[in-house]
Amino acid sequence: MMEPLLAILVGLFFAAAIYLMLSKFSIRIMLGIAILGNAVNLLLFTGGRLTREVPPIIPAGLDSLPAGTANPLPQALILTAIVISFSFLAFLLVLTYRAYQDLGTDNTSDMRAAEPDDRPLPPLGY
Amino acid sequence: MAAPTSTVDLSTALITAPVPIGHWLAILPVAHCITLGAVLLMLRGYPRLQAWLAIPGLAALALINAALLAKVAAEGPLTMVMGRWLPPFGIAFTVDLFSGLMAFTAALAALAASIYALADIGESGRRYGFFPLLMLLMAGVTGAFLTGDIFNLYVWFEVLLISSFGLIILGSEREQIDGALKYAVLNLIATTLFLVGVGILYAAFGTLNMADIAGRARDLRGTAPLMTLASLFLLAFGMKAAAFPVNFWLPAAYHTPRITVSALFAGLLTKVGIYALIRVMVMLLPVEREELSLVIALAAAATILVGALGALAENDIRRLFGYIVISGIGNMLAGVALGGLGGISGAVFYALHSMVLMTALYLAAGEIARRGGGFSLSALGGLYRQSGGFTALSLVLFLAACGLPPFSGFWPKVILVKASLDLGAWWLAASILVGGFLTTIAFGRLFLLAYWRPAPIGLTPTVLVASGARWRTGLPLAALTALVVGFGIVPEQLLALSQSAAAGLADPEAYLHSVFLEGGVP
Repeated sequence: MMEPLLAILVGLFFAAAIYLMLSKFSIRIMLGIAILGNAVNLLLFTGGRLTREVPPIIPAGLDSLPAGTANPLPQALILTAIVISFSFLAFLLVLTYRAYQDLGTDNTSDMRAAEPDDRPLPPLGY
Repeated sequence: MAAPTSTVDLSTALITAPVPIGHWLAILPVAHCITLGAVLLMLRGYPRLQAWLAIPGLAALALINAALLAKVAAEGPLTMVMGRWLPPFGIAFTVDLFSGLMAFTAALAALAASIYALADIGESGRRYGFFPLLMLLMAGVTGAFLTGDIFNLYVWFEVLLISSFGLIILGSEREQIDGALKYAVLNLIATTLFLVGVGILYAAFGTLNMADIAGRARDLRGTAPLMTLASLFLLAFGMKAAAFPVNFWLPAAYHTPRITVSALFAGLLTKVGIYALIRVMVMLLPVEREELSLVIALAAAATILVGALGALAENDIRRLFGYIVISGIGNMLAGVALGGLGGISGAVFYALHSMVLMTALYLAAGEIARRGGGFSLSALGGLYRQSGGFTALSLVLFLAACGLPPFSGFWPKVILVKASLDLGAWWLAASILVGGFLTTIAFGRLFLLAYWRPAPIGLTPTVLVASGARWRTGLPLAALTALVVGFGIVPEQLLALSQSAAAGLADPEAYLHSVFLEGGVP
């Protein structure tokens, strides 16, 4: 019931993330990466089945979860992924800010410090 | 599933017997790297002490990995499960011959680079955390090679990625910030794509254990979206390995950091991408690899040629070597595309050769700059007159990179060309050979300009390192070159090892058996 809705939401998240990451401006790329991380988290969450009011606890006398419970493992995976994507985003934001300060631009087309446009071709003879 | 029980019977879920002492070897390399990294982090204030702890530490890592490799070669795959839960519930570390070979070679390359770092990374770089980051990078790389759990593989990717971010901006120069931004964004997107694949894979399979996935893929082929998964993994790992058309981040970034860092990255990181690609495509999803083989082969041919042509057009030798890395990745991809014993063993051999060779090449680039005063081909010259020994050593490395006999680059190319001709893929064989030919031209010109040409007028040779410190740069280069020569002249053993590694990937019965001991099979 909830799955199609969340699947559409995940699709919207991915679309927004890809649209933002296609931008030339580094801060929009960062926003895109933040949304991309959340899109993946939602995807993992949806992959683990969505149910309400059935706690994943094995009742007495049974060896396995009753049918209809959500799988708790994807939620553990999301927890890991959230921590990782948060720390990466923090690093990238600092790096972007530093790049803006040092290179004087947030337009990636103008970030040519490592690959200058006028770099020479190798000599053809001597 | 067992019948309901009142008292919990743990024997179906947990091994209560103590761990055999030899099994600890599977987890020891990673534990060693993380512990040493943490200790080095605490010793931030003692840059001198750090180096003298890190280098013996990496030597110990190489020894541990050698012991692990010897054990795996003698006894077959080795599994250790966290918490002794029976697979697939516990996170498994499964080491087979392929992982063992890659981890051992990576440790050797890192050891050589760390000795070179004594001369290359000054006090400020060490205070900045070069050695702790190096140990954590090695934890990530080794963990990625040894793990038997696909989500765990993602975690190790992130560990090595965050340490590589720290290493690439060591020095905080403008070029480094620029290169690091492109490197960081594209690699993070690649790992996120990998995580998307893992999420869909878990939804389809209900397991993350690689052996379990390999076993279940046969039954799920009709219902699960395995082609989607294979394509996603191909894109994600291709991006990490810098395969065409997603290779442009590599030449934009690999020439910016310190030369030791470049050497480490060129030697290890792209090969982790190739390792993951081989592990997932060949062992877990072999039928899908077969379906995608034309796509992989086209990407491989394009990668080889783009790399070789890029190398021809570069004036900066570090960027030139960056394109050589890409060209090598194309050769390994060709092996993945071909499949079969020949293709996979060629790719495995090439990956091992490439780890040693690319590290050595970048270290040689550092040495060229130290002796010739820069990285620009138009300004270099007269290196042969300066030092005959270094010239001979460089020539060996260059010929090995071109794939000419009798050095280690020759054999994997022979295997790959033969495998593609056997399958009738003449155009793939042709692109491997043409790529090798173009690479030879690029290296020939580099040798001509930087070594044979008299030093340009007005350029005085820069001050050499004090002779007492020469061994710091000379020893790692000489050791890596000796490996390149040795495996070129006596390749039989390495050939046999890569063939049994490839056989173990193509038919993972032994791998599965090591994970699911009797009674644990799902």
